[in-house]
Amino acid sequence: MKFVRMILGFVLFTTLTTTLVFSGTLENVKKRGKLNCGVSGGLAGFSAPDSSGKWKGLDVDMCRAVAAAVFGNAKKVKFISLTAKERFTALQSGEIDVLARNTTWTATRDTSLGLNFAGVNYYDGQGFLVSKKLGVKSALELNGASVCIQAGTTSELNLADYFRTNGMKYKTLTYDTSAQSRQGFESGRCDILTSDASQLYALKSQLKKPNSAVVLPEIISKEPLGPVVRQGDDVWFNIVKWSHIAMLNAEELGVTSKNVKKMAKGKNPAIQRLLGTSGDAGKNLHLDKKWAYNIIKEVGNYGESFERNVGLNTPLKIARGLNALWKDGGLQYGPPVR
Amino acid sequence: MIYNTIQAKEAPSNTKGAIHWLKENLFSSILNSILTIMAFYLLYMIIPPLINWMIIDATWSGSKEEITKDGARWIFIKEKFHHFVYGFYPEEFYYRPNLALVLTFLYIYIFRKTNNKNIRYFIFFSYPIIIYTLVAGGFGLEHIETHKWGGLLLTIVVATVGIIVSFPIGIILALGRASNMPIIRTLSTIYIEFFRGVPLITILFMSSVVLPLFFPSELEFDKLLRAIIGITLFQAAYIAEVVRGGLQAIPKGQYEAADSLNLPYWKSMGFVILPQALKISIPNIVGSFISLFKDTTLLLIIGLFDLLAMVGLTSTDSNWLGFETEGYVFVALVYWAFCFSMSRYAKTLEVKFNTDNK
Repeated sequence: MKFVRMILGFVLFTTLTTTLVFSGTLENVKKRGKLNCGVSGGLAGFSAPDSSGKWKGLDVDMCRAVAAAVFGNAKKVKFISLTAKERFTALQSGEIDVLARNTTWTATRDTSLGLNFAGVNYYDGQGFLVSKKLGVKSALELNGASVCIQAGTTSELNLADYFRTNGMKYKTLTYDTSAQSRQGFESGRCDILTSDASQLYALKSQLKKPNSAVVLPEIISKEPLGPVVRQGDDVWFNIVKWSHIAMLNAEELGVTSKNVKKMAKGKNPAIQRLLGTSGDAGKNLHLDKKWAYNIIKEVGNYGESFERNVGLNTPLKIARGLNALWKDGGLQYGPPVR
Repeated sequence: MIYNTIQAKEAPSNTKGAIHWLKENLFSSILNSILTIMAFYLLYMIIPPLINWMIIDATWSGSKEEITKDGARWIFIKEKFHHFVYGFYPEEFYYRPNLALVLTFLYIYIFRKTNNKNIRYFIFFSYPIIIYTLVAGGFGLEHIETHKWGGLLLTIVVATVGIIVSFPIGIILALGRASNMPIIRTLSTIYIEFFRGVPLITILFMSSVVLPLFFPSELEFDKLLRAIIGITLFQAAYIAEVVRGGLQAIPKGQYEAADSLNLPYWKSMGFVILPQALKISIPNIVGSFISLFKDTTLLLIIGLFDLLAMVGLTSTDSNWLGFETEGYVFVALVYWAFCFSMSRYAKTLEVKFNTDNK
């Protein structure tokens, strides 16, 4: 026990000292000429390489936005794929500058790991996929159901909580990967499949008959996913945070990658401040005054990124839902650039 | 006296022919007959659907939208083939790993044909430098970062480096463990037992997650290099034990014979003991190399995409979701081809080095 404590103490000590050492992330990134961005090693719609080997996805766009803000060039990113277990150490050790790996913002992670969440670029939550044959309209009718689930995820705990709270019984069939759980569901070994809603849509699109199943409206957990940076470097924290906010404000103000050039010359003071025609948001962020202009020109606004990667015209077919702008009834709310 | 050679008679008709063979081998008893029938039934259940799926009903060309058949959709492999082979290695530089492969075969060919020692030395020492330069860059060739390597290329690089480097280390460790000098023996034993007592996954995790915490952030230690070092150290311990097994099988007389010739330690090992010991350990050495080749897939847990991991990664492309099965079948075939050729090569080596007076 003493030995374990010693090791833990040692790891904690090194973690703390390393986090204290980091301050000039921005200078490091500029000196390197490239942003090191930690992403998931393959998650449909969030970070996955296409057939030409180019990384694409919502998280990937987050990385590109930060690169565009810093360098004015969204291509200056090195994508480092990380497993769920490695991700925080990679950030703590300085191997990456930003972690955009569909990471859920929780109190423990935000406080005890020496990390900061710089916003939420996707509001996810655990949901249920059921076969239409079952004729179920709500998750509350699922008493006695058998559930396909991926082993070792928080989904398992959420599921137990939800069914206990509602006094229902269930039986689980655990699988190692989501592809296996999909096959279990398809072959009828379970009535429902549970996972984060964004994943459910991906799994649904892979069914032989995608229309034979339906995602239930209930979301039983909160999974705000967002970019993460190290604690103790507020300059860098601000850059990542405002890169996301700039994309939100651009959507709200109707600035897109196509019209950004024209908009920059327009009269709207809010747009002028955002695109650096007036005000000094860029200077205060230690960036070029065209930081947001570059993000929008190279990556696009939040809505563009969403529709391109996970939206209704992609195989994933995810509706904006919680990720719509606040004025459209969603949760994405960008503080003003002022 | 006159000897008449008698022509050999033909075997009686009830001991030859297909029917006899069947009787003898497949239906020799009731139990065997039942087993035979069950085995054939099993094959009948498996093989026709498999052929149907893999060949007859398969889609070999066209686009994803045009798939009408139920079988394997090999167009996925076609579409992602370059990723399976090269990972994210830039497309315009594919010729470099290809050239490296051709050079390798050329070098091996020359190395085996020539008798000139200088040429052999030259090949031995220039080979790693040339191959490294070709694949990774340098000397005017554009630098390709290792995080872009992937697929079969990564598998081969890791396995080859692991095999080549771990072999000498393993031999030295084996000699160390069999040595009379207590310190060397103890150190070798500790090393071997430590690395054999730890799963490879743990070593990879240590190398990718824990080590960076001890280095300052400016020092970027390549992830692939860290993984290769870990794998090599691990493999060396196994090779050491295999070689030690060979050493123990050498009769004591051989050691004494070498001593009586007044050969110093390294010469007696190099000329008398090791050639014999290695020869008898060939099957085991190749066995552990084959398992190393397959173990490279563990790299996926530290975010490096070898051949197997590439299947998982490419099937998350939202335009190509749900093609894992085809990918895994393809990868299985590739692995089988590699491992089988390694084992055949070992067989030819065994025959070649066989000096038993039979």
